[in-house]
Amino acid sequence: MTTHAFSPRDDARARLAEDRLYRFHGGLRLRHNKKVSCELPVASVPLPERLFVPLLQHAGPEARATVEPGQAVLRGESIGCFRHLGAGCLHAPTSGTVEAIVDHPASRASGRDGACIVLRPDGRDEWRPREPLVDWAAADPAELRRRIAGSGIVGLGGAVFPTGYKVDQASARGIHTVILNGSECEPWISCDEMLMREEPDAIVLGARILQRAVGAEQTLIAIEDQMGAVSEALQGAVDRSGADDIRVVKVTTIYPEGGEKQLIQVLTGLEVPSGGRPTDLGLLCQNVATATAVAQAVTEDKPLIERIVTVTGPGIARPRNLLARIGTPIADLVAFAGGYTPQAARLVLGGPMMGYPLASDANPVIKAANCILVLGAADLRAPQAELPCIRCGECARVCPAVLLPQELNRVIRASQWDEAAAFGLHDCIECGCCDLACPSHIPLVEWFRYGKSELRERAIERGRAEHARARFESRRARLERIQRERKQRMAEKKRALRDAQERKAKVAAAVARAREKQERKP
Amino acid sequence: MTRQFATGAPPHVAPSATVGGVMRQVLYALVPGIAAHAWFFGPGIFVQILLATVFALALEALMLRLRGRPLRPFLGDCSAVVTAVLFALCIPPLAPWWVALTGMVFAIVIAKHLYGGLGSNVFNPAMVAYVAVLIGFPQEVTAWLPPTAIAAWTPDLGDAVYAILTGDLPRDLAWDAVSAATPLDTIRTAVASGQTLAEARNAPQFGDFGGLGWEWIANWYALGGFWLLWKRIISWHAPVAMIGTVLLLGTAAWLLDPGSNPMPLQHVFSGGLVLGAFFIATDPVSGCTSTRGRLVFGAGAGLLVLVIRRWGAYPDGVAFAVLLMNMAAPLIDRFTRPRIYGHD
Repeated sequence: MTTHAFSPRDDARARLAEDRLYRFHGGLRLRHNKKVSCELPVASVPLPERLFVPLLQHAGPEARATVEPGQAVLRGESIGCFRHLGAGCLHAPTSGTVEAIVDHPASRASGRDGACIVLRPDGRDEWRPREPLVDWAAADPAELRRRIAGSGIVGLGGAVFPTGYKVDQASARGIHTVILNGSECEPWISCDEMLMREEPDAIVLGARILQRAVGAEQTLIAIEDQMGAVSEALQGAVDRSGADDIRVVKVTTIYPEGGEKQLIQVLTGLEVPSGGRPTDLGLLCQNVATATAVAQAVTEDKPLIERIVTVTGPGIARPRNLLARIGTPIADLVAFAGGYTPQAARLVLGGPMMGYPLASDANPVIKAANCILVLGAADLRAPQAELPCIRCGECARVCPAVLLPQELNRVIRASQWDEAAAFGLHDCIECGCCDLACPSHIPLVEWFRYGKSELRERAIERGRAEHARARFESRRARLERIQRERKQRMAEKKRALRDAQERKAKVAAAVARAREKQERKP
Repeated sequence: MTRQFATGAPPHVAPSATVGGVMRQVLYALVPGIAAHAWFFGPGIFVQILLATVFALALEALMLRLRGRPLRPFLGDCSAVVTAVLFALCIPPLAPWWVALTGMVFAIVIAKHLYGGLGSNVFNPAMVAYVAVLIGFPQEVTAWLPPTAIAAWTPDLGDAVYAILTGDLPRDLAWDAVSAATPLDTIRTAVASGQTLAEARNAPQFGDFGGLGWEWIANWYALGGFWLLWKRIISWHAPVAMIGTVLLLGTAAWLLDPGSNPMPLQHVFSGGLVLGAFFIATDPVSGCTSTRGRLVFGAGAGLLVLVIRRWGAYPDGVAFAVLLMNMAAPLIDRFTRPRIYGHD
């Protein structure tokens, strides 16, 4: 056992140099089901009749549309702006006319409609003027970061956190290693695998640009050990690039090893502190597709307007991966993949473990859409009655966050919110392992989501109460001050009055004395 | 032209395990032990299992009806059957029918449903039932026939049914003539009367290292336990801690005073220790839920078994030990919470 340096960053760096893998707690070995969508090469979906670009692409408030109905736009032109987290942008996926900005199914987890920019393509697919930065290796890192932020790139692994903001934070904190996450651990999804097979050079280029943009020393590309040809493809690309600070690492396939916290634990044996970020360990995690988007943004001035989407599942006739513009209706992708099979019973955006259901295929492709999964009724949880928890502890055995889901379930149902926080509800990554392991078929993750929203509400409520209290106290202080001042003024006035009266009395007395004197004069 | 879909919460995967499946695995795992039991003590055990199961299911249905719960999912979970079988394995094979009935009233009505039903019982229902009848009917519940190999009389199925239903032995046999002390009884009496254990072990009830017959039944229980471990129905923590503690402390006691303390293997292979370790201490509902907690739970139960066998009023202590640890389980769980990812 080697001794490790004391600071978490140095510790992480030293452990990465050791080139060994660690384990994380729990997890599940799931049937992969990826091959089925990897047989055909990635193909581009033709431009649809209309694109529906949701103004909400990730957590937080909606973007503000910067175009008007009737306005003509060019491909890649900015059509919306976010007001938070580095002010990311939304870009026109193709050239055409903005028809309207309306409420439409917007691929939201809540299932509610959201504002979408409706764009009618003109078929010319004409680019706005572009300023590619070819000599990125000599460019100022700040310029690289500016281009990343301006290109509307978000984490394409599913978390859709704005990359520009993340990169700025990383650069400010100082990091030593960029981890490119290619360990796509959810069953069925294969968009990253296909990207790594078909475009390894773009990924490596993106890695080098990211590394320069944040000032890191090295990059690790983590892939699953089951991804046959991917390792050679990436290694070939690394060799071709001439970079000697990029390493391809194969990690054991066990769900959810592709989760950011789990991957970091596998690579370093260290844990991201609760409530902290990988930057605390000097690490920046990005998805491989995000790296490709970075490469395109910098060297081609191409904003994030399209992505690879896996269209798969027993409900799809010819499962495959498709390159689709953001805003393309899911129905178009399904049609391109041969349409539905008779089994099709549920439409999921994302993977089977963490993806959310969509009520219709009118929902559009969004930046987060890594997979469109159509499952049959036989693949789903049978409508079986939920039984009480028998405390078997299977959920705790499989929990990658080392929580006790059975206890969380109990305290959330009893609305014991302080207890829920103490049992680490905030640390739940909603991976769904506990749900799958539970013999009583308790929808644990659903309860945990509810619990988290409840805790959030309470925090907001507490904040509000705190604010109200502060306001009340300052008001009271102000009133007291005013009161005091008024009293003071009154007292002064009274004193002044008394003084004046005394003076008057004195004068009167003096006058009286004088008069007396005069009268006494003969 | 769009298509609509029904929605549902993730994960969109069919879970494979069910409570009924878990309970059925436990029942399968008991089959070798039950067969061995019948081999050494006659077919009475089958009658007891049948009786206890019928009583348990009837009482379960009654209680579910009274509590306004649906019958089908809760009867189908097989938990009442597991309780009934475990209870039947604890009582003598010829015990009268009302022992099983009383036991099941305590198990299903009191220990289970009055505490809130499946998943909410603080105490292991089978052990509550066994302790209740052991205290209530000491004579009936301690009247064991010796194993067939050394028995003066072995009941066949007809005899067993007759004895269980009437409470009398067939063909004018007398209990005193056919029943015999269990190995643990023998040890207890020997130690109390100042005999050394070496002398006591010359009695015919003893086998190679445990009680004659009992040691083989324990082996087959252990086999079932290993099956459950392999199928990941139970975790190794509680059984290993329980048997390990008995072996460790039993060895220490035996080395200090071999005259009045039995050999450690004698402890393991007599009475209900193996059954208790693999099938009772692993009861998830009334046991501990964290892995470290299960270690503490098992070790505590093992220690209590030794203490009760040595100084207590009953020759075997597994049921009492488990019930006492059931009481401590929530406290143990509180102090053995695992460290959450990312927390110090």
